Amino acid sequence: MTKSELSEAGRRLIERLYAGNPAALSRAITEVENETAHAASLLAAVQKSTGKAITIGITGPPGAGKSTLVNALIGEYRAQDKTVAVIAVDPSSPLSGGAILGDRIRMAEHSHDTGVFVRSFASRGHLGGLSRTAGRVIDLMDAAGWDIILIETVGAGQSEVEVADIAAVKIVVSAPGLGDDIQAIKAGILEIADILVVNKCDQPLADQTKRSLKAMLKLKRQGSQDIPVLGTVATTSEGLPELVGEITIADEKQRLGTGLVDRKPRLRRNLAEALGQLAKQRLRQNTSPEIDALVAALESGETDYMAAAETLLDGGYLGAVADTAARARITGS
Amino acid sequence: MSEVTNLVRPAKVLVTKIGLDGHDRGSRIVAAALRDAGLEVVYTAPWQEIPTVAKLALEEDVDVIGVSSLATDHLLVPKLMKELHKAGLDYVKVIVGGIVPDNEEQDLLDAGVARVFHPGADMADIVGTVQSLAGEAQNDAARQL
Repeated sequence: MTKSELSEAGRRLIERLYAGNPAALSRAITEVENETAHAASLLAAVQKSTGKAITIGITGPPGAGKSTLVNALIGEYRAQDKTVAVIAVDPSSPLSGGAILGDRIRMAEHSHDTGVFVRSFASRGHLGGLSRTAGRVIDLMDAAGWDIILIETVGAGQSEVEVADIAAVKIVVSAPGLGDDIQAIKAGILEIADILVVNKCDQPLADQTKRSLKAMLKLKRQGSQDIPVLGTVATTSEGLPELVGEITIADEKQRLGTGLVDRKPRLRRNLAEALGQLAKQRLRQNTSPEIDALVAALESGETDYMAAAETLLDGGYLGAVADTAARARITGS
Repeated sequence: MSEVTNLVRPAKVLVTKIGLDGHDRGSRIVAAALRDAGLEVVYTAPWQEIPTVAKLALEEDVDVIGVSSLATDHLLVPKLMKELHKAGLDYVKVIVGGIVPDNEEQDLLDAGVARVFHPGADMADIVGTVQSLAGEAQNDAARQL
C-alpha cells in the first residue's frame, strides 16, 4: 500500500503540532479542512498518535442550547484541568456558499484560556450535521494532545446522525416545548444517543419532555432503557457534574485494553467519505464513450442509478488506468 | 463584484469590535454582506479584548480581520496590530470600518492596517477589498508554512 509522503514543511508542522503549538494545529486544520495537497500526508503522519482523547458529539435541534451546553462542559473539564478542543459547525448558505460562524459567541467566557481551542467550520453544503472533513480534524486535535474534543453539529433535525460515526460519546440535546410525544418516537437522532439531555430544565414543561423521552426509550431496542435521560440548565451548569459522569461511563465502555479508544468506526467513516469523493472525481474526469453509454441507458430507462453505479464500481471502471476488460464488460463488446 | 482569482480556499474573515463601544449594527450588516458574497465569517459580540481577538484569529486561521469602530475604539487598533505580530499572525490583513477622523487614518495605515472604510463606503468595494486581501493573506500564509 502506498501513502502520500510528508513534505519537509509538513514534517516541521507536525513537529510543532506535537509540541503543543496552537498555531501549528490551526494551520494543519486549514490544510485538512480545505483538502490541500498536504492534507493526506499530514493525516497519515498523525494517525499513530490518536485514540487518546475523549470525543464527545453534541447534536440536537436549533435553539436547544448546544453551544451553551458546550460552554458549560468546557467549564467542567477545565475545572478538572483537562484541555478542551471544540469543533463547532454552522451551516453554509445554500445560495452564496457563505456562512456566519457564531457558535463561539456562547463560549466567550473561555476566550482567554489557552487550555481551550475553538475552531468553527462552515458545513459547505455537506449534509449530516457536520462539515465533510470534521472527522479528520478530530484526528489532528487528538494527536496534538487535547484531552477532550467536543463536536457541535449544526442545528439538527431528525436525520443528521453523522456525528455518531466520528464521536465516541453521542449526546442528543433537546429542550422543553420543542415538540410533542410523536416527535420523540420518530426515528433518527434520538436513536444514536448514548446520553439524552433535556436542557433548559428550569422551564415548566421540562418534566413532561423527560417523561416522553423515557417512554420512547422503553419502546426501543433492547438495552436502550439504560440510556440516561438527564436534565440540565446549561446557563447555570445545573446537572453538568452528572452529565460529565455519564460521559466518562460511556467513554470507558469504548476503550480497548490499551486504554485507547476504538477508532475503527471513525476511520471507516472517513474512508467512506474519501471513497465517495474519489469516485465522484474520477467519474467527472472520465469522458469515455462507455460512461456516455451508461448515461444514455439511464435516459432511456434501460438501467437505473443503483444498477449503473454498481456497474461502475464492480467493473473496476473508476480505476485511474482504464481496464480494457472492464470496458468490455460495461459496453458488452 | 470584482473578479477574484488569488484565493486558494474560501476566504475566512473575522468581523469584530474591540473596546467599549457596543454599536454593532454596522458590523452585522458587513458580516451579512460578506456571507452573501460567499465568504465564511466568524462573528463575535462587541467588547472583545485585544488578546482575545488575536487568540481567536489564530485558532480560526482567518485571512482578514474587520474591526468596526464607531466611538474611538479605532485608537486601539495599533495595539491589536502589535498583538497579532506577537502571535505570529503578520500575514493576517486588518481593515477598519466606521468613524475614523481623516487626520487619524494615516496612524492606522502606519500601524499596518490595510484599508480604512468611512461612512458611505460602497459595500461592493468592501467585499471586493476583503476578498482580494484574503487572497494575499492566504498566499503569505502558505509561504510561511
